Amino acid sequence: MRFYEYEAREIVRRAGIPVTEFGFATTPEEAKAAAEKIDGPSVVKSQVLSGGRMKAGGVQFADTPDEAAAHTADVLKIEIGGQMPRGVLVDTKAEVEQEYYAGVVWDGTAKRPVIIFSPVGGIDIEQVAEEQPGKVGRRQISNLLPLTGFEAKEVIASTGVTGSELNKLVPIVTKLAQLFIANDMTLAEINPIGRLPDGSFIALDAHMEMENEARGRHKKLLAELGVGDDETREAREPTPFELAGEAVDSEDHRGVAGNVTEFDGNLGLVIGAGGGSLTLFDAVRAHGGKPANYCEIGGNPSVSKTCGLAKLVLQKPGVDKIAVMMSIVSNTRVDIVARGVIKACLELGMDPTEKIAIFRIPGAWEKQGFLILDAYGVEYADRSVSMHEAARRAVEKIGAGS
Amino acid sequence: MSILVGAETTFIVQGITGREAVNLTRECLDYGAGAKVVGGVTPGRLGREVHGVPVFDTVKQAVSHHDAPIDGSVVTVPPAFTRDAVFEAIESGIKLIVIVTERIPRRDVAQMVELAGNNGARIIGPNCLGIIVPDVIKMGGIGGPAKDAAKAYSPGSIGVISRSGGMTTEMSSTLTAAGMGQSTAVSIGGDAIIGSSYAELMPLFEADEATEGIVIYTEPGGRMEAQLAQWVGENNSRLPIVAFMAGRFMDEMPGMSFGHAGTIVEGKEDTATEKIARLAEAGITVAEEISEIPALIQAKIDESKS
Repeated sequence: MRFYEYEAREIVRRAGIPVTEFGFATTPEEAKAAAEKIDGPSVVKSQVLSGGRMKAGGVQFADTPDEAAAHTADVLKIEIGGQMPRGVLVDTKAEVEQEYYAGVVWDGTAKRPVIIFSPVGGIDIEQVAEEQPGKVGRRQISNLLPLTGFEAKEVIASTGVTGSELNKLVPIVTKLAQLFIANDMTLAEINPIGRLPDGSFIALDAHMEMENEARGRHKKLLAELGVGDDETREAREPTPFELAGEAVDSEDHRGVAGNVTEFDGNLGLVIGAGGGSLTLFDAVRAHGGKPANYCEIGGNPSVSKTCGLAKLVLQKPGVDKIAVMMSIVSNTRVDIVARGVIKACLELGMDPTEKIAIFRIPGAWEKQGFLILDAYGVEYADRSVSMHEAARRAVEKIGAGS
Repeated sequence: MSILVGAETTFIVQGITGREAVNLTRECLDYGAGAKVVGGVTPGRLGREVHGVPVFDTVKQAVSHHDAPIDGSVVTVPPAFTRDAVFEAIESGIKLIVIVTERIPRRDVAQMVELAGNNGARIIGPNCLGIIVPDVIKMGGIGGPAKDAAKAYSPGSIGVISRSGGMTTEMSSTLTAAGMGQSTAVSIGGDAIIGSSYAELMPLFEADEATEGIVIYTEPGGRMEAQLAQWVGENNSRLPIVAFMAGRFMDEMPGMSFGHAGTIVEGKEDTATEKIARLAEAGITVAEEISEIPALIQAKIDESKS
């Protein structure tokens, strides 16, 4: 889950890292008040989760509080990356002598966090790594030992930074790594850290992402930052169809019939489980099919939950037929899924024979499931029909029907 | 032969009194020669039994009751308690830990893996279904009830490694239908950080005489495939590999995760397209469909023998 810059800034401040005076504003009046507090030139920055703010005109400089208010009124109207800003960050326009980069990310192969530091900051670190590899220091840190400071010192020193610069940067980078660990972040980045004319250092822009699975243990922080439990902060906002899918999934606690994602095709998909859904979605597309949605069934959901999901997909505008497919199941029961999808058709006054292009779920309780499908004349396949072949048959049927 | 487990492997189930763990225990006891499930742990339930398996409050009690070191543990406790359970298992001398639990934060997983490494222990998972040696033993929910597992898995010479539990069974069943059995199939888990990656299991398969070829299931997200490609490049492996890549559509949807937590693409190298290119460069054949896998791996085995 990605944080807005103003939230990330607050997290950095709480970790004891010096930041410039800043304020968050959702109206020109609030922005003016924040700029007055800054007492000098300010920067008004659009608060969106995507990049490219500068290019889109989402970053404006102001000499007076009135100017900051005027810029805020403009910036709040600019959509960036398909998203309207949540507000603006009114920040001090700091005079810096040099910009540095510090970040902490996971190294999934080493299975440890890695500290990254560069005396070349303010630009994309990947670009620095490509053009000036000697200017980027990296070091993995232990998951078990407490961070004591030498780790950051090693990374910074490896880039050629020494003297009082080194000694002043070590606590900042150490605190950044500590906040990464303490807050279950997947990314914690300060870019740039600025060196002021008096030789002190200050965090000027921060980017933080918290692991979704860990949100539950940071409830206090999230509440204080004003992050709602229902804010997914995904790459795009959920559509009404996707929200309806979530409602179906939370109907009861048995199994999963969720992760519904909207696409604009005509073949509705009732598919599972994790890897099976990925495989089947690809398979439908490989055969020229146009999926209307993605979803995942797993963990043996109830008949009513499966029925709810199937109904949602069947009723989606533009959906001609549905394909009910999974990889071999050992936990989810074939008969329960069969009953759920047939019930959905019947309750909507649709003919299951016609609406269900194919049912390919082999595995637990398949005999009972196939009996039900036989009774309603639904075409089904056992494990001797591959997932790709089942997808091909579904696509073929929908092609013939439209 | 096999990797990781065999007929003599002893293990416990942590969280054994949970509904799914009770089923899992039954399945393991029923499969093959019957797994040696020598105990279960649920704090506060000392003295109970689950399908005849004695339940203890602590792992130490289970070890002392067994009166010998215990090889493994299947951990099925909720995410908030998993780290504690795994630390307890490691400190009690257990060397193979299969973590079934999903939705464990990365930091916890990384801590468990590091402690395991310090103690010569290995973790499989989290978010996995475990390990199966066809007709011999299964450790975890892999393949489901014994009769279902027996239908999909058959003994043979193909090692299977998969980031998806369900697809481990689908691919093995496809191999079985083509007359190709499996030496060992490992569901390694779908999370961003897992105890054992492809490259970390390859040396075990390499040392297993029964294994002649490897089939892997892979997804977008993470660097595990790049690590495997590198391993293949650096080690003159005798084992041909065929891979299947699911989730190719995700390349068009950066920043979103589908299927498993680990599929979140965090850099260019994580995409399906990039991974397919890396694997192919390393001489790993990437199948377009699951049904092609048996013929592809057979051809590669024949080629390597000739």
